[in-house]
Amino acid sequence: MSVETVQEDLAGSGYLASDAIATTVFLAEQLGKPLLVEGPAGVGKTELAKAVARARGARLIRLQCYEGVDEARALYEWNHAKQLLRITAERAAGESASGSSGADGDSGWASVRDDIFTDEFLLARPLLAAIRSEEPVVLLIDELDKADVEIEGLLLEVLSDFAITVPELGTIEATHTPFVVVTSNATRELSEALRRRCLFLHIDYPSPELEQQIVEAAVPDLPSALAESVVRLVARLRELPLRKSPSISETIDWARTLLALGASDLSPEIVRDNLGVLLKHRDDIERAAASLDIH
Amino acid sequence: MTVVQLPLTRHLVDFGRALREHGLLVGPSEVIDAASAAEALGLQDRERLRAGLAAALLRRSGERRVFDEIFDVYFPSAVGDPTELITPPTLLDADERREHAAMLRDQLAAALASNDTAALQRLAEQSLVDLGRLPNEASAGAFSAAQALDTLAPQTSLAAALQAGTGTDGPLFTAAFRRDELRSRIGEFRAAVESAARRRNAEVRGRQRISRYAVRPSTDRTLFILAGPQELAELRATIGPLARKLATRLAAKRRRRNRGQIDLRNTLRRSLATGGIPVRPAYRIRPPHKPDLVVLADFSSSVAGFSRFTILLMQALQAQFNKVRIIGFVNVCSDLTELFASAPPGSDLTEEIRDVREMTRWHRNSDYGSALADFVDNHLDAVTPRSTVLILGDARSNHTDPRIDALRVIRDRARTVIWLNPEPARSWGSGDSETAVYGQVVEMHECATIAHLRQVVSRLLPV
Repeated sequence: MSVETVQEDLAGSGYLASDAIATTVFLAEQLGKPLLVEGPAGVGKTELAKAVARARGARLIRLQCYEGVDEARALYEWNHAKQLLRITAERAAGESASGSSGADGDSGWASVRDDIFTDEFLLARPLLAAIRSEEPVVLLIDELDKADVEIEGLLLEVLSDFAITVPELGTIEATHTPFVVVTSNATRELSEALRRRCLFLHIDYPSPELEQQIVEAAVPDLPSALAESVVRLVARLRELPLRKSPSISETIDWARTLLALGASDLSPEIVRDNLGVLLKHRDDIERAAASLDIH
Repeated sequence: MTVVQLPLTRHLVDFGRALREHGLLVGPSEVIDAASAAEALGLQDRERLRAGLAAALLRRSGERRVFDEIFDVYFPSAVGDPTELITPPTLLDADERREHAAMLRDQLAAALASNDTAALQRLAEQSLVDLGRLPNEASAGAFSAAQALDTLAPQTSLAAALQAGTGTDGPLFTAAFRRDELRSRIGEFRAAVESAARRRNAEVRGRQRISRYAVRPSTDRTLFILAGPQELAELRATIGPLARKLATRLAAKRRRRNRGQIDLRNTLRRSLATGGIPVRPAYRIRPPHKPDLVVLADFSSSVAGFSRFTILLMQALQAQFNKVRIIGFVNVCSDLTELFASAPPGSDLTEEIRDVREMTRWHRNSDYGSALADFVDNHLDAVTPRSTVLILGDARSNHTDPRIDALRVIRDRARTVIWLNPEPARSWGSGDSETAVYGQVVEMHECATIAHLRQVVSRLLPV
C-alpha cells in the first residue's frame, strides 16, 4: 500500500487525483481518520468519495445534509408504526388465549416493552447504517456546512470512535472502520471540535496539466491541442473576479460543446457564442468578454 | 527519568510551535497526527510530506500560505548551494552587477518562454546568490530577496519572453492571453526567490528567528490598515463567507423564535364553530424580522487601508442583505448605497469613492463630530428601531468637538449600535482619538484583523 497504488486505484475508477489528494487519501486510510474536504464548488469533492468507494469495491452510504436535517434523518429512528402493530397484535393474541385479560397485565407489558425496543424496530439512517455494516463502506457526509450546528455534535462520536449510542440498546461499535469523507463549501465555519477529528484536504482547481488530462479522459475524441487551449482559457477565466468561476465539470461540458460544433481551433466568435456554457451569470459573461477582448 | 526523543519528533514539535506562533491552532493531538503521517509517508518525497503534514496540521484553507512558508524553513529542499549552481562571480561595482543582471534576465526570458520549471527554480537560486548577498559585516552570509529582485527586475523580461514564445503557439486565439500567463509565471519566480532567501537565511540565523519574522502573518492576523493588494485578494476570499454566515445566522434565529405562540383572538374565533371549545388552536405568525443594516463608514485618508477593507465588507453585505444603507463620511455624510448597489460584484470601488466630493466640506480632514451631527440632521430616517447601525472608523477626530449628543440620538433610535475600530486597542485614546468618549455611549470593538471581525460576527451582533 503506497501513495502510488492509491493514485492508480483512483485513476482506475475514473478519478485523476493530484499528488496531494492521493497522499491525503492514503493517509486517511492508514491512520483511519475521517477526511474533511473543502474547496470551491465543482472541483470533485463528492466525486472523490465515490471514486474511493469504486476503487475499494465498497458500498457508498451518503448523508446529504440540508438545513434542518436532524437525528432521525441522520442516525436512527424507531419504527413507531411497527411498534404499535406489535403491541396490538400482542394484545389480540393475549385476549384470545386467556379470554380474560388483566391478571398478568403487568408482566405482559414488561415483555412487550422489552420486545419493541429491539433491533427489529430500529430504522437505520445513513450514520447507523455505515457503522453497523458488515462489509466495508465509504460514508459520505455531503455539504455539512448546510446543516445546523447541532448535527455536528452528533457527528463527534461517530467520527472519533466510530460508535453510536442508542439509549435503549447501548453503544453500537463499528466492525469495520468506515472510510469517512466530509465535504463542505465553507458557507459557514465548521466547529473546531469537528475539524480536530479530521484530516484536512483543500481541493483547489487542478493544475493546467492535470486538468488537460481530465478533459482528455472525459472527452477522448477532442484533439489534444484544442484541449490545451480550452484549459488555458479556463485558467485565465478563473483569475478574473467572477461571481462563479468555471468548475471542472463546466470545462468538460465546454470541451464537449466544442467537439459537437466540430471546432478545430478556438476563435473569438466561438468563444463569444459559447461562453454561456462556462459562465452562468450575465455580468460574468460580460466581464469575461470584455477582458478577453471579444466583443 | 529521561525520555529519548527522536530527532524527527523533536523537529516536528518545533515545527508545530512555529505554526502556533503564527496563530494556527496546533495542539499535541495534531502533532501526533503529523508524526504518524510522517511515519506512514517516509521522508523521501518532500512534496508528499508537505501534503501529508498539511492534512494533519491544517484546519482551514486560509492557513495554507503560512504553513507553506514555515514548511520551507523547517524542511528545506537543500542545504547550502545546490550542486548545479554556477559559482557566483564576485561583483564589485554597480556596473558589473547590472551587466550580470542583464545576463540573468536573458536566461530568465528563455526559461519563461519555454515554461521550464526546473530552470526557473535554478535561476531563482542563482539570482539570489549573485545579486541578493548583503554586503555589510553585521549581516555576513545573509541574503535579501528584495535586493535581488530590485536589481534583476524580472518583470522586464516579459517582453522578451513574449517574443521568444510566439513561435510555439502559432496564430491561435490562446496567444492573446499568453501575456497574463507569463505574468503569473513571473509572480511564481518572485515567490521562489523569496522562499530561497528564507531558506538560506534560516541556515545563517536559525530557523526559529526566521520563521518568526520572515513569514508574513496569515490573512486572519493581517492588520487591515497595512493590507496590500496581495492581502486584499485573500481578504476578499475570507470576507465573502463571513457576510454569508452573518446573513444565515440572522435567518436561523428568526425561524426559531417563531415557534409555538398561541394567537388568542383567532383561537377564540375558531372555537365558535365547535361550541366554544378551542379544538384547533391558532398560532401567532409573526411577520419575519427583516434585519436592516445601516453602515456609517469613515473614508478619510487616515484609515485608507481600512477603508479598502470597509468597501469589501460592504460589497459582501450588500449581496447578502436586502436592506443595507451605506453612508460614508469624512466630515459630512454622503449616501453611497446607490454606488455600491450598482457596482458589479468584485469590482474595485476605491477610485470611485475617492471621487465622491460630498463627503468633505471646508477641509479634507476627518471630523467625527460634524459627521455625526450631519447624519442626525439629514439621514436619521434611515435608522429605525429595527436597524443595526455599524460604525466603521478609528474615532480620530482631529481635536474637534466629538458631538457625543448626536451619537446618543442615533443610539436611542436604533436597535443596536456597534462601533468597529480598525486601530489596535493598545493605541486607543492616544492623541486625537476620541475612543474613550464614544466608547461610553456605544460598544466599541477592536476590528484590526479578520480574526477580530470573525469574533464580532459570531458573538456580538444581535439577532
